[in-house]
Amino acid sequence: MSAPTTTRPRRAPAGGSAKKHRLAVSRALLWPALATSIILTQVPFVMTIFYSLQSWNLLRPGERGFTGLDNYVSVLRDGSFLSSLGSTVAVTGTSVVLSTLLGMLFAVLLDRNFVGRGVARTLMITPFLVMPAAAALIWKWSIFDAATGMANWGLGLVGLPPVAWNTELPIVTIIAVLTWQYTPFAMLILLAGLQAQNKDVLEAAAVDGAGPIRTFGWITLPHLRQYVEIAVLLASIMLLQVFDPIAIMTRGTGGTKTLSYLLYERAFVGLEVGEAAAYGVMTVLVTIVVASVALRTLFKVFSSEGIGR
Amino acid sequence: MMLTTSSARRKAVPAGLAAALALGLAACAGAGGGGNNDADAEEGGLVELTLATVNNPQMKDMEELKSAFEEEHPDIQVNFVQMEENDLRDAVTKDVATDGGQYDIVTVGSYEVPIWAENGWLTDLTADLEADPDYDVDDLFAPVQDALTVDDSLYAVPFYGESSMLMYNQEIMDEAGITVPEHPTWQEVADIARSVDSDTVDGICLRGKPGWGELFAPLTTVVQTFGGSWYDDEWNAQVDSPEFTEAVQFYIDLVNDAGESDPVSTGFTECLNNVSQGRSAMWVDATVAAGLLEDPETSEVAGQMGYAHAPVVETEESGWLWSWNLAIPETTQNRDAALEFVKWATSKEYHQLVGTELGWSRVPPGARNSTYEIPEYQEAAAAFAPITQDIMLAVNPEQPGVAPQPWTGIQYVTIPEFQDLGNQVSQDLAEVFAGRSELAPVLERAQELAQEAGDAQQ
Repeated sequence: MSAPTTTRPRRAPAGGSAKKHRLAVSRALLWPALATSIILTQVPFVMTIFYSLQSWNLLRPGERGFTGLDNYVSVLRDGSFLSSLGSTVAVTGTSVVLSTLLGMLFAVLLDRNFVGRGVARTLMITPFLVMPAAAALIWKWSIFDAATGMANWGLGLVGLPPVAWNTELPIVTIIAVLTWQYTPFAMLILLAGLQAQNKDVLEAAAVDGAGPIRTFGWITLPHLRQYVEIAVLLASIMLLQVFDPIAIMTRGTGGTKTLSYLLYERAFVGLEVGEAAAYGVMTVLVTIVVASVALRTLFKVFSSEGIGR
Repeated sequence: MMLTTSSARRKAVPAGLAAALALGLAACAGAGGGGNNDADAEEGGLVELTLATVNNPQMKDMEELKSAFEEEHPDIQVNFVQMEENDLRDAVTKDVATDGGQYDIVTVGSYEVPIWAENGWLTDLTADLEADPDYDVDDLFAPVQDALTVDDSLYAVPFYGESSMLMYNQEIMDEAGITVPEHPTWQEVADIARSVDSDTVDGICLRGKPGWGELFAPLTTVVQTFGGSWYDDEWNAQVDSPEFTEAVQFYIDLVNDAGESDPVSTGFTECLNNVSQGRSAMWVDATVAAGLLEDPETSEVAGQMGYAHAPVVETEESGWLWSWNLAIPETTQNRDAALEFVKWATSKEYHQLVGTELGWSRVPPGARNSTYEIPEYQEAAAAFAPITQDIMLAVNPEQPGVAPQPWTGIQYVTIPEFQDLGNQVSQDLAEVFAGRSELAPVLERAQELAQEAGDAQQ
């Protein structure tokens, strides 16, 4: 902050540029905002690291103290972290893949011209607008309820025995809810991609005698590649944080204890402040590693696409 | 403070939002209540009390009636902060544990009271309550009072309390020609459940939803009456003992044979639904459920339910004991005013006030003996009040099982680690319910976890 103020008197009379002066003032004015955001984003993380080195159960106030890396040792030794990482990958990965595939299907269907297309698009997008907690409740009560749910009613119609969804197939219920919510999201992005497709190319393909399947495979899909990547990346980021359906439907059973739910349990059920903080730090580290690898791969793909064209 | 900072970094945890919200509410309350107190006290003006409570119907009634208290005490104003049970637990624990001082009165469960009292977080109410003959401490239910007492000092007073019992659909029993005994054994209950179980009606509904309070409230009472326990009297874990194993195996078999079809998604609310729609013949759960089952507006079985003591095996009784209590944290600046309100809200007069103003069936149950002598209450709650009173006076929180235990409390272990322990074990049991895992290895792991927690007590 002091730098601009000291340079100002020297430069301003020099008549060099009033523009530069204005720029310096603007920069000075920006400082408080920048400092605030640095503090807001980084201080909590530093605090988390600090707490992760403490042995502290909220209900045992007398026994708080520095324990070094003990919390990290117990995080790694306990096994919950690794299995929860596995659950996160399974739940997130499957949901993202299914959402993208279904999103692609619906995007292709909705890309065509038909009567009531606007209404159909709006209806398709609705699941994404429902609050996650509300969606989980709707699915829990009206779809997956063993006695009155629509899923078992549907199975009954085709003569199949009812399924106790949350007991027998907890991970399926979670993936179903997530896929239902995120398919519209993938669809929106892919639909934008389809709309951006150059019609001349499609016409040319038709003139050359390519059928719809060949056109889709050889022209549309390569064009959609970037859009698919964006959809997958964004959906993965959002689904990594998923919490509501797990808390409401399965309570972390049957391989659905994702990292965010595990963290919640350590902090709010266990009241183990230090351990929860250690889990938090570990999660951040894993996320940074995964994200940087994923982003680098993605950038590579993007840049080679760019060169290719 | 610390929990919010760590979760703020992990934007991933929506639970953080809930906590932040709870903290936010608490902060508002603190700003409005706590902030003014010092100044007000100096001027001798209005004292504002902040009361944190769970959003149960009885507490909403209390808020509705608080104006009666404020009229009697023109210098005191009481502000209510109502939260969902888990949010309340988080918010109040955090506030008291970090000397926040936002609340003058807190609502705490019987599980927390002894732990918090040991930590020096709650003020001792013994002398003040005994000094006031009108309050009549001896009228409070003795087992509840025991659960709230540490070293002969009373740290909280019950606002309302509950036990558990067997509730059954009389129509289904009549059709099957079965008479349910007033003091059934678990074996009898299991036989009845299996014989009335059919495609349209479940024989029994028992909670299977993971969670320390959800699954282990009923399951711990079953373990205790089977002769098992979480710990022996020297804090050695007993989770892999034959009695504990037998009890849990019995419970899981019963649910799988004659219980609800999706146990892992079934908790109190789901069972209430099943029973009130006539889809379950029996149910062992909180006595407070009876009032809901007898409400003709929401229940299809109102007037056709029968009630019996909780089933037993080796003990005389196996009802649980839970109470929501009012306590005054050490951090309050307004102890005297808070005490006035706590006494008022748990007094005989308050019960009369609820009865005359809001209806007799809404009087807080399970706190005072005298409540059960009020003729209007006896009439309004005839179906379940006498048996609730019987059970609540019969249970023994100091030794609910066969062997002595080093803590006071029935369906839980009064140690800080129990929430965590119960929660983890209940999640593993979900795998056993589903047949994906055997009971023995689950209880072996539970034994290790329990021993870690037990070691911390020694």
